[in-house]
This record gives sequence, structure tokens and C-alpha cells, in this order.
Amino acid sequence: MENTFNKIVSLEQAMDYFHDGMTILFGGFGGIGSPPTIIDGIIEKGIKELTLIGNDTGFPHIGIGKVVSKGRAKKVIASHIGSNPIAGQLMTDGQLEVEFSPQGILAERIRAGGVGLAGILSDIGMDNEIVTENKQRVKVNKKEYLIETALTGDISIIYAKKADPYGNLIYDKSARNTNPLVAMAGNMTIAEVEEIVPLGELEADEIITPGVFVDFIVPSKGVNWKWAWE
Amino acid sequence: MGLGIDIRNQIAKRAAEEIRNGMVVNLGIGIPSLVPNHLPDHIRVMFHAENGITGMGPSPEYGEEDENLCNAGGFPVTVVKGASYCDSAISFGMIRRGRVDLTILGSLEVSERGDLANWIVPGKKVPGMGGAMELAQKAKKVIVLMNHVDKNGRAKIVKECSLPLTSGQCVDLIITEMGVFEVKSTGLWLKERFSPYSIEDIRANTNCEVHE
Repeated sequence: MENTFNKIVSLEQAMDYFHDGMTILFGGFGGIGSPPTIIDGIIEKGIKELTLIGNDTGFPHIGIGKVVSKGRAKKVIASHIGSNPIAGQLMTDGQLEVEFSPQGILAERIRAGGVGLAGILSDIGMDNEIVTENKQRVKVNKKEYLIETALTGDISIIYAKKADPYGNLIYDKSARNTNPLVAMAGNMTIAEVEEIVPLGELEADEIITPGVFVDFIVPSKGVNWKWAWE
Repeated sequence: MGLGIDIRNQIAKRAAEEIRNGMVVNLGIGIPSLVPNHLPDHIRVMFHAENGITGMGPSPEYGEEDENLCNAGGFPVTVVKGASYCDSAISFGMIRRGRVDLTILGSLEVSERGDLANWIVPGKKVPGMGGAMELAQKAKKVIVLMNHVDKNGRAKIVKECSLPLTSGQCVDLIITEMGVFEVKSTGLWLKERFSPYSIEDIRANTNCEVHE
């Protein structure tokens, strides 16, 4: 494959950008659409003290859950950790800080970070302390809203079905979920992809994430965990 | 104490009668997941999933599962003709913008004002709210399907919720094994009573005033 933009790299090359203490945004929903090869790379490299931002903490052996279960994260910003009891235990033991955000608001905070906005105004969860704690309020047209701040990070890791050498991406069915949002939010975005096709092969009309947002493309070794339903 | 499958199906069947042709419907886990089995053939709806599917169909046959086509609970589904995929921001945009006509979900407690408490189970770890707050707060209509009492026999329809709220004053209709209840500005109204329960049975198991 022609590497016109030098974006196609090996997992080893991509892992050079990962280090202790960094903030990683990850795509995926219950592990579906999370990048298995990069996640294994993070585990093998042994990096720790991570702040992880994404929809949920997967399952103990699925998705980003693999990283969380090994105690590699110090903080998680997510909407749900219920499917990963180890995450819950770490939180109870005080070893993992968890910031909960309502699912769609979390998505918008990530999107805001990805499109250069400082935050959004939301009326979701205004009667719930977990949501409102330490947040500024603002009135617009006589109605009160919470200021939900934008989320960005050092690196975004995402999973896509196809990429071309420019990093234009299309996703696979419900594995799209948070990936197009996470793709925009990191200071650097690494896309793990099932297939790399030549420039021009993806229909311009069908591209979901423009390659502008993608810095590196890593070929996927495929999902290597067993799903809960299997 | 769980309800038998016959009673769960009876509740689901009654909930299905609330669904109109052309609706966008989001279903929670538990009894709500049984609702599609009771939809008559002439009713066409789009089932919405938070993870970005509009137009979910039934579970696939064994061996036909697609790991990249799952509902918000992570279980394989299919899609119907006319379905579409979107990202999480757009999926929740549909909810907040009022394009999801109906959400049917389970609950731990509901107050007579329609306050919903369904996200923190007492004595268990806090799992996170997921998408429940947005659905409860912004779906056009919220129907709760649940046991009338909890496993200790305590009323789940109450004057004031004792558990943390998912969202205040959002529930429109409650369906239990005892009957169908409507939340109005004047309080809780019994719309239908299911055999063999009497109004006395219902009042004895409900912790707020039940209007008839």
C-alpha cells in the first residue's frame, strides 16, 4: 500500500507516543468499536497512571476494561462502569477516581473538545448532585443550564472498518458509536482499522471521519476477546 | 421476587398497546425487552438504541450474530428495512430533541408525581447513569413496567422516592401486575385494574393515594 501521507504505521511505531500519566480518549461502547490491538499495545508497554475518557469501562476482559482491570488507570470519565465489576471495586477501594457524565452529554463534551469549543450548555440531570457537583450554571432565555466542559486528551484511540492512506474512515454498523467523536478530540488520533484501501477507493460521500482528524493508521489484528453473549 | 413469565408477558402486552404506528421507541432491559413480541403486524415502529441504531429488529439466529451489530446492552441484534446507524452524539440528539416518542423502562421506585428512581440499587455499587437520565427527561412519553412491590413486599409506587432520582416528574404511565396507573397533575390515577386484584389490594400495596 502506498503510504503517501506517512500515516500508516506499525503498532510498535504508534506505541512510541504512549507514556505514563497521559490522558487517552477511547472509542467504543461496551467494548464494541474499541481498538483491540492498540489496547493490547498499551497493556504490553506497561504504561500506567492513565486518565481514560470514553463511554464506559467495558467488561473486565473486553475493550478498555482490560486496561482498567489491570489497575493502569488513575481516573476514568465515563457514563457507566456497571459491566466491569473490577472498575467498581477499584473505585470503592479508592484506587480509581470516576467522574460520571450522562451518556449523551459525555458524547457532546467529547465532540465539543473535538470541534474547538470550550463546553456545552445542558439541562440534563439538573436535579442530581452527581451531575451538578462543582459545575457552573448559566441562564439563557430565562432557563437555567449547567456548563458542561469540553473534553480533550493527549491521544485518541479509535476503531474503524476501513481507512485510506489519508486516514479517511468509515465504521461498521453499531461499532461506530463514539468513535467519530473521539476521533476529533485528541491532540493526536490513532485509528486502528480492519482494512486499508487505496486512495480514491472510499466514496467521498460515504466517509464518516475526514482524514484531517487522523494522524496515524494502525492495521488491526482483530478482536481477540470473547463477547459476553458468546 | 421476580414475576412469572406469564405476568411479565401480560405487562409487556399491555405496554405494546401504547405504541402507535410510526413511533420511535427506546426499550430498557427486563420486561420492556418483551414488548416487541406483542406488537401487532400492522404497527411499524423504529426501535432506537443509544449506541446509534434506529430500526433495531429481533435477535439474530444462533450463529448469525455480528459482533459489530449489538444493542446498548451489548447483545447481538438485527436491523429492519429503513434502519440507520449514527454516532452517539446524534443518537442522544434524537432523544434530547424530542424525536424519541416513547421510552419503556423498568424502575425501583416511582413517586405519585412521576419521579423516577431506577439507577442506584441500594447497597450496590454505583454503576453510572448511562443514558437513563436523558431518556427519562427527554423522551416524549415515559412508561414504567415493574413489579408492584419489591422483593420484601414494600410498595414501589410511593409518595416520595427514597432512592436518588434518575429524573424528576418524568413518568407518564406505570404498568404493574395489578393495573395501569396514569400520573396526572392531580396525582396517581388507576386506569385499569388487572384480575384478580381488587382496588383494596392495590391501595394496600401502594404508598400514596390512588385515585379512581
